[in-house]
Amino acid sequence: MQPLTNRSKVVVNKEMSLYEKIYLPAIISGMMITMSHFFKKKPTIQYPEQTREFSGVYRGQHVLKRDDNGAERCTACGLCAVACPAEAITMTAAERKPGEEKLYREEKYAAVYEINMLRCIFCGDCEDACPKEAIFLTDRKVNSELKRNSFIYGKNILVEGVDKRVDVSRRQTPAVLEFKKHKEFEHNR
Amino acid sequence: MTLGYFIYKLILVVLVFAVTLVIAMYSTYAERKVAGFLQDRLGPNRAGWFGILQPVADAVKLFMKEEMIPSVSNRTLFILAPGLSLLTACMTGVVIPWGTSLNLFGANYSLQVTDLNIGILYLFGVVSIGVYGIMIGGWASNNKYSLLGAMRASSQMISYEVAMGISIIALIMTTGTLSVGQIAAQQHGWHWNILVQPLGCLIFVVCAFAETNRAPFDLPECEQELVGGYHTEYSSMKMGFYLFAEYINMFISSAVISTFYFGGYNMPFVGRFVHDANALALLGVVFLFAKIFFGIFFFMWVRWTIPRFRYDQLMNLGWKVLIPLSILNLVLTGGWMMRHEILSVFIK
Repeated sequence: MQPLTNRSKVVVNKEMSLYEKIYLPAIISGMMITMSHFFKKKPTIQYPEQTREFSGVYRGQHVLKRDDNGAERCTACGLCAVACPAEAITMTAAERKPGEEKLYREEKYAAVYEINMLRCIFCGDCEDACPKEAIFLTDRKVNSELKRNSFIYGKNILVEGVDKRVDVSRRQTPAVLEFKKHKEFEHNR
Repeated sequence: MTLGYFIYKLILVVLVFAVTLVIAMYSTYAERKVAGFLQDRLGPNRAGWFGILQPVADAVKLFMKEEMIPSVSNRTLFILAPGLSLLTACMTGVVIPWGTSLNLFGANYSLQVTDLNIGILYLFGVVSIGVYGIMIGGWASNNKYSLLGAMRASSQMISYEVAMGISIIALIMTTGTLSVGQIAAQQHGWHWNILVQPLGCLIFVVCAFAETNRAPFDLPECEQELVGGYHTEYSSMKMGFYLFAEYINMFISSAVISTFYFGGYNMPFVGRFVHDANALALLGVVFLFAKIFFGIFFFMWVRWTIPRFRYDQLMNLGWKVLIPLSILNLVLTGGWMMRHEILSVFIK
């Protein structure tokens, strides 16, 4: 048979030489190896005190952004739900009533917006699909929960607070903004 | 025998006992720490400063655990066995010379609890009884894995005690005494027995590993084949007793190896710098414990380096390698001691 790599070795059951039969040289060399590990720097990360550094493009829990006036940007167009490969996003649209202009930016808004965090694969397609710059993935981790139902995040968790804005400048870089301006791409229409 | 003598001996015994227990306790911590470091981990470091309270937490855990005694077991023997194991482990400490002697208030206080003139025999006798704790425990559990583990332990102990005994006979021939105290005293300065008996020392150390059931000779408790070996059915502090006995045995073995072959409390050139007898005695204790701690570390180092022997390899090593080697060592030692007589036969 053709070997797949040049690393394969034919196993031979050869008789051990006297030097090998004594065992002691092999034992000593083995103990030297373990001793060299004794003084090596340990790669352990002391978790609660230290945390592993996240990648710059880490995609964690979603946020629904508000605009500068504090009105929700989402218009419940449903493009994110369509783009979602895991079908994690559901929403119910509603019409804005007079007097709610401070709350919702456009005439239509999402009355219910739910992401099932157990289904979500954190691909970021919702973010790409969104024409209103409303949904972003952040560097926040999704917390563990005791019940499966608790993983269905509603607007109470997803929408950022008016006075507690979530920084998405890492995801909304100038390059991204520039790209989104080009209406000739089908993506941005 | 005066009351003062009695009190002094009592204090010394209690001190030796306490130190043995504390060292055994912290050996469990050291074992986990050493294992961690040898495997590029950190080991326990949460309980207290650098995890220094870990043994306390372990002890609390063991005491709090539910205690199970199998209904089909032999109840009396089942309870007796871990105690026997621990008792014999603690008994050996009395013949080890922990230092020379302290001169306090005009009286001389030896730092050896009792210098039996048959100290080595006593040591061997007690160590041999140690296997009963394992055997009784394994048998009383009424569990096939426990029984297999116990049988392995006893056959292993018997096999390696022969080689150990013969290597010690060679040592007794060169030192000319069975008293542990005298053996330690004879190795003053550079006259360590390892220089006289290097092969005997090697055999003794290997057999000590086997006698304490430490890796690579930990077949009596190998998890892969025998679940837990002789302590499969044990839980709570009874299990703790077995583990504790192993660490005490390790400590005592290191002490015995240091005393027999590595000069005990002696350290070369110390006498040139320190002249006060009491300071020298205390320094001797420090040196002995330094040697013992290195010995314990060596036990752990070997455990986390070398894989376990297969059972036939173990028996091969014991009967076909170590015993012939120890007999060779015995013959060579005898031949060297009688070299003038032998030579005079040929050279008239």
